Amino acid sequence: MADTETQRKQPAEAWITGIGLATSLAEGLDAHWDALAQRRVNADATSFAPYIVHPLAPLSFDQQIPKKGDQRQMEAWQRIGTYAAGLALDSAGIKGNTEILSRTDMIVAAGGGERDLAVDSAVLNSEAQGDSPPGALNDRLMNDLRPTLFLAQLSNLLAGNIAIVHGVTGSSRTFMGEEEAGVDAARIALARIAAGQSDIALIGAAQNGERKDLLMLYEFGDFNLKDNYAPVFARGPKGGFALGSGGAFLVIESKAHAQARGAKPFARLTNVVADMSRRRAPGDITMSMDKLWAQLGPLHDNTAIITGATGAEPATSEEAAFLRAHPDHPVRATGTAFGHVMEAQFPLGIALAALSLSRGGLFPPNDPSGLEIETPKAPDQIVVIGAGHWRGEGMALVEAIR
Amino acid sequence: MTVTHDKFGRPIVVVTGMGVVTSLGAGKTDNWTKLTAGESGIRTITRFPIDGLKTTMAGTVDFVPVEPFSSTVLGEKLADIATEEAIAQAGIGRKGDFPGPLFLAVAPVELEWLPRQELARATGANTAIDYDALLRVSGGGRFTHYHNRFQFGSVADHLAETFGTKGSPISLSTACASGASAIQLGVEAIRRGEADAALCVATDGSVNAEALIRFSLLSALSTQNDPPQASAKPFAKNRDGFVMAEGAGALVLESYQSAVARGAAILGVVAGCGELADSFHRTRSSPDGKPIIGCIKKTLADAGLGVEQIDYINAHGTGTPENDKMEYLGISSMFGERASTIPVSSNKSMVGHTLSAAGAVEAIFSLLTLEHQRIPPTINYDVPDPAIPLDVVPNKARDARVTAVMSNSFGFGGQNASLILTREPV
Repeated sequence: MADTETQRKQPAEAWITGIGLATSLAEGLDAHWDALAQRRVNADATSFAPYIVHPLAPLSFDQQIPKKGDQRQMEAWQRIGTYAAGLALDSAGIKGNTEILSRTDMIVAAGGGERDLAVDSAVLNSEAQGDSPPGALNDRLMNDLRPTLFLAQLSNLLAGNIAIVHGVTGSSRTFMGEEEAGVDAARIALARIAAGQSDIALIGAAQNGERKDLLMLYEFGDFNLKDNYAPVFARGPKGGFALGSGGAFLVIESKAHAQARGAKPFARLTNVVADMSRRRAPGDITMSMDKLWAQLGPLHDNTAIITGATGAEPATSEEAAFLRAHPDHPVRATGTAFGHVMEAQFPLGIALAALSLSRGGLFPPNDPSGLEIETPKAPDQIVVIGAGHWRGEGMALVEAIR
Repeated sequence: MTVTHDKFGRPIVVVTGMGVVTSLGAGKTDNWTKLTAGESGIRTITRFPIDGLKTTMAGTVDFVPVEPFSSTVLGEKLADIATEEAIAQAGIGRKGDFPGPLFLAVAPVELEWLPRQELARATGANTAIDYDALLRVSGGGRFTHYHNRFQFGSVADHLAETFGTKGSPISLSTACASGASAIQLGVEAIRRGEADAALCVATDGSVNAEALIRFSLLSALSTQNDPPQASAKPFAKNRDGFVMAEGAGALVLESYQSAVARGAAILGVVAGCGELADSFHRTRSSPDGKPIIGCIKKTLADAGLGVEQIDYINAHGTGTPENDKMEYLGISSMFGERASTIPVSSNKSMVGHTLSAAGAVEAIFSLLTLEHQRIPPTINYDVPDPAIPLDVVPNKARDARVTAVMSNSFGFGGQNASLILTREPV
């Protein structure tokens, strides 16, 4: 029991025993593996032109969210996340296992939900007509906002929906803060398991990238990739990211807990480290990555790297400098195929690392930059990198269990 | 020899610094004086037009100027004020160099109406303003500051830089339990031995038109606007909803060992934390009360205390018909016959519901209760609810011997968290 947490001399080993992926590429693990093998990219340059987005692959939400009433209470980001969380629970073999779910600790990394674009536009147009008395905004919002929209927007209501739909109730924590929220969700879940504060955790995140309000937030900083799609490391001096839709969830548990219930692991989550450099001077991000790399633990010469590099500058160039300083390590950048799924980018990286280790090989390169080299060898270690487009750096070490 | 670990072998976690801002004022002294005098910080809203609103009062913090108004900026400023006070009291680290991680409970950050209206003006159009039009003027560097301001991690980023906390700062939301969750994350980090000190901050500056309307549309708010001071009526029969409010609380947590080693004054002990999620409904508690009961049980177990050792409950006590009924069910199920005699009071009757900040603000008030051996009242308690036979410390503060306080926090999305705070290590 986690309640009887005591000072243990040896940290508990943590295994990844469940993976749930629903992204722009595919739904489920086999379909993802195939899509990666075929170097598929699902990028849409027209629906939100001039912005490129990676739209969600077709899927039937009924498969994981059987009640239509539940689906109606959610906006797309929550449906995607609740769906992917269900896949992870299925994958771990704990779906519907009330005894385990009632003590499963959940950490969701979340942004916020979709706005009602029509209501916003109506308010702005009537104000532009110049005939808005004091309180006109109040009237509009009181009359036009759907009462339950708030619940589809609140950050912690993705976790709330996962609790309602899948019965995960051990605990429910929501971290916010863009990419680093995803890193910290993994970091804290692992630290708690290692220290015996938790036996089993569900972590992950989801994003709906097909959203003009979200595009607007990133357009303020000129972060959106426009006009022409290009792989992450080939986006030129201005760079940019293409928002992606997708959810990535993981079940992580102590080795002892997994073995006691006969669960088969995908991989070991050995370490997660994070920092936030001030990013004042060129090279700050590279230096932060050097520091994190050194904290990960013993690494082999041919350890593979899966990076969530966003494409945004200067972070991506600084990361490329770090990667060029480690030339023997085969690199794969998830942003090329999946776009940028923000809070979900790091959990996605861990998921693909665990999947690759369990399948005994790395998926093929998909970038002309020279950083992504072919490798015939099956890696036994993969480092996952997550440097935020604006703030925060994180790394995880995922290892094969042989 | 000083005992530095609890009965489970974990480092004892103590509080060595506290800072608080609410609608009652800035700082512990001012807040405690007014809280124990039974004063209300709730007033009629002047920040934005209240025409057409069903609820027109809130516990706004109007003495911290933010011009033009932004909830995120106000939340950040409140966090600054509370954190300054907490770190000064703790006397820890050096200025701008706090020796531990930051855990920040913060309202979800989102672009607000003033910037949206500014963008609409920038389009130069007076018809057909839609998100495509807004998007066309968003880039080019003119609004870069809005990207930086409205990142979810922006408040934590600011605090981490200002106070020099270490590592990756964590921003979190467990809705109205957020403040308690921030403290819990700090306690866990110290118990794991990752840190000797942690800065736990919770802040909320959410009183803007849209936020108020959102809660109003869910029928969660009191509409008894006149007089505003009488609107928040936790546990009373005529309670009709909570009152939105603003504030911040900051706590410096340290391992007992490290606090003693540097000669710090110890303000109290975080003896236990517990949490349990409810899968019943997005805004309502399970009618059987099991998640709240389970949360209280986990918290007692974490502290290694029996229910008989708790001698005051700092209630979540929002003043909604639903919350107070469910909280009573939880308390009565756990405390049995003692439920009618143990003092249970709600700070929200005076400061309103500080939402993301509430768990930390109320933990600080709980620690001040231990320090002063005086229980702040539940004001506006004029019509007792026969269905909730609690000693709510009605209307007047009371001196009492208090050694262990339980502070409850519950939130939308099935969030339940409780803390047990004591004067001495248990």
